[in-house]
Amino acid sequence: MLTILFDGVAYGMLLFILAVGLAVTMGLMNFINLAHGAFAMAGGYITVLLMQRLGVPFLVCLPLAFLGAALMGALLERTLYRPMYNKPHLDQVLFSIGLVFMAVASVDYFLGSSQQNIHLPVWLKGRTEIGSDAFMLGMGHYRLFIIAVCAALTVALQYVLTKTRFGSRLRASVDDQRVAAGLGINVNLVFLSTFAVGSGLAGLGGALGAEVLGLDPTFPLKFMVYFLIVVAVGGTSSITGPLLAALLLGIADVAGKYYIPKLGAFIVYSLMIAILIWRPQGLFVRKAAKSS
Amino acid sequence: MKRRQFTAAALAATTFAAALPALAQDNTFKIGLILPMTGQQASTGRQIEAAARLYMAQNGDTVAGKKIQLIVKDDTSLPDTTRRLAQELVVNDKVNVLAGFGITPSALATAPIATQSKTPLVVMAAATSSITEASPYIVRTSFTLPQVSVALADWAPKNGIKKVVTLVSDYGPGIDAEKFFKERLTFNGGQVTEALRVPMRNPDFAPFLQKVRDLKPDAMFVFVPSGAGAAVMKQFLERGMDKAGIKMIATGDVTDDDQLNDMGDGALGVVSSHHYSAAHPSATNKKFVEAFGKANKGLRPNFMAVGGYDGMRVIYEALRTAKTTGKATPTGDALLAAMKGQIFESPRGPIFIDAQTRDVVQNVYLRKVEKKDGQLYNIEFDVIKDVKDPGKTR
Repeated sequence: MLTILFDGVAYGMLLFILAVGLAVTMGLMNFINLAHGAFAMAGGYITVLLMQRLGVPFLVCLPLAFLGAALMGALLERTLYRPMYNKPHLDQVLFSIGLVFMAVASVDYFLGSSQQNIHLPVWLKGRTEIGSDAFMLGMGHYRLFIIAVCAALTVALQYVLTKTRFGSRLRASVDDQRVAAGLGINVNLVFLSTFAVGSGLAGLGGALGAEVLGLDPTFPLKFMVYFLIVVAVGGTSSITGPLLAALLLGIADVAGKYYIPKLGAFIVYSLMIAILIWRPQGLFVRKAAKSS
Repeated sequence: MKRRQFTAAALAATTFAAALPALAQDNTFKIGLILPMTGQQASTGRQIEAAARLYMAQNGDTVAGKKIQLIVKDDTSLPDTTRRLAQELVVNDKVNVLAGFGITPSALATAPIATQSKTPLVVMAAATSSITEASPYIVRTSFTLPQVSVALADWAPKNGIKKVVTLVSDYGPGIDAEKFFKERLTFNGGQVTEALRVPMRNPDFAPFLQKVRDLKPDAMFVFVPSGAGAAVMKQFLERGMDKAGIKMIATGDVTDDDQLNDMGDGALGVVSSHHYSAAHPSATNKKFVEAFGKANKGLRPNFMAVGGYDGMRVIYEALRTAKTTGKATPTGDALLAAMKGQIFESPRGPIFIDAQTRDVVQNVYLRKVEKKDGQLYNIEFDVIKDVKDPGKTR
């Protein structure tokens, strides 16, 4: 049971890193970006290609995946996304879905449709077991690594958000874009950097998740629902909301599949429905949030 | 006057040119190959198309005076798309044979079209028993899950495996594998303590494998569609199941030749049962593997490829021997009659298309993953000859 809890936490933290960019983007720019999964896929494929073709060690690939996805995000934000900010939500959805299909098709064309395998370094392949029998906690080293990295990132994100000037500019822009611009905050720059960092984090999540979730060209479509659930349940006005939502989702998914294999994936959806009926705005909502 | 002559000449030329395609129509034999070229099952499509083109390259594209035209369509593993493509191929392109079908739902969705249009349908990949019963025009050259599952259920009790947990993907072939493995194992004195089914979409094996680990059986019997085997293997090793004394026995889809080498040394020693291994020690297979690799940048053929290769052989031979009047293209019924009862040597071994069930009767091999020339292969160590599909209800 403890092992399942551990696995669930690892899965949840991975989902958090993947989805936090989406949560911030949706809250900040009021933009429904369904192509978020494509950035995650980009990060994953960057890692795979660097490791397979150039023999770059795994740990070095992770920041490179972050940078690659962030650059891609910044480029696309400046060129494609910016004209779409004031369009109705349906247009934004159609646009991002179109982007997803283009991403899926181009990756499929250039790199093939098979699952990509990552060969982890030996020190990440082990497993530590503490305790025995019913209370045994089996911790795969890779999942420990994921939890460590994601926890560090969460702390860093929270720090940036609350204790730096950029963070306060970001929060101001989320609260009220027009007033923030009126106060001299360069909202365009805030949007650009946030989008880039969000996409970068997605790319990092994709690289970390390639081993656990698998990586193939349909990755954005497969996992989009999970990202959206994290954002819907966690709300878009803080990062602790999506964090707790992702952890809840991860543990529910893993535990559900373990204890009731027949229902398996359905547990997650039922939980989401129950939570949204109880709290339609998501689990954590800041009272002063206003969308421009 | 020059203009009139010119116009007359042009008119004659156009009429002549227009007549040519009509003549060409009568001499082409069209094969509609519907495969998943993109999506989760894309490796299936890639292998089968490569094998079909290899067969055409090796045997020429003219049979019995007819020019063979291969029309390949991508159904992305969606049965609705498969049915629509099959309909278009039959009605618009007027194909003589439908072939391919990467997954069971695709084949079953297309069965009514084959029956209605009296077009033979050669199943080269899908593996559920009931497919051949869905239409009298269906012939299969791939395999069925019951065929290969009972082989393992016979082998396991003789090798110290009594308690087994089964883990299958929750769709037709998976349920077939689970049912027939359980029946045969129980008949042989073993016991299936738990039967787990993994959902097809978004397969995340971690919690299921953890459950198997906690149940502590002698072995875990696995069936997942080709392509997902690597994920199972990874989780099996990560959870330390081999160290906990749980063996992994699987149908050959898990140790798919296409992915096997990429799985790493953790796959060594896995026992599987299947109808084809790229390391099958026969002269026919050696030639096939070499030619396939040469034509496809060193790609190793897997059981999907051999299903496609043999499917083309069945079609070619049927066209050659079908009863027809004069030079006309044989009808669907004549082709079907010529497909039934074919017996020949395939790269996998001897195979036989049963005239009653229209299904494939073939050898099933027990193999172990070993290293050969620095690469991982399924090395055969035992064989059960001429296995008929035990899953037929009629």
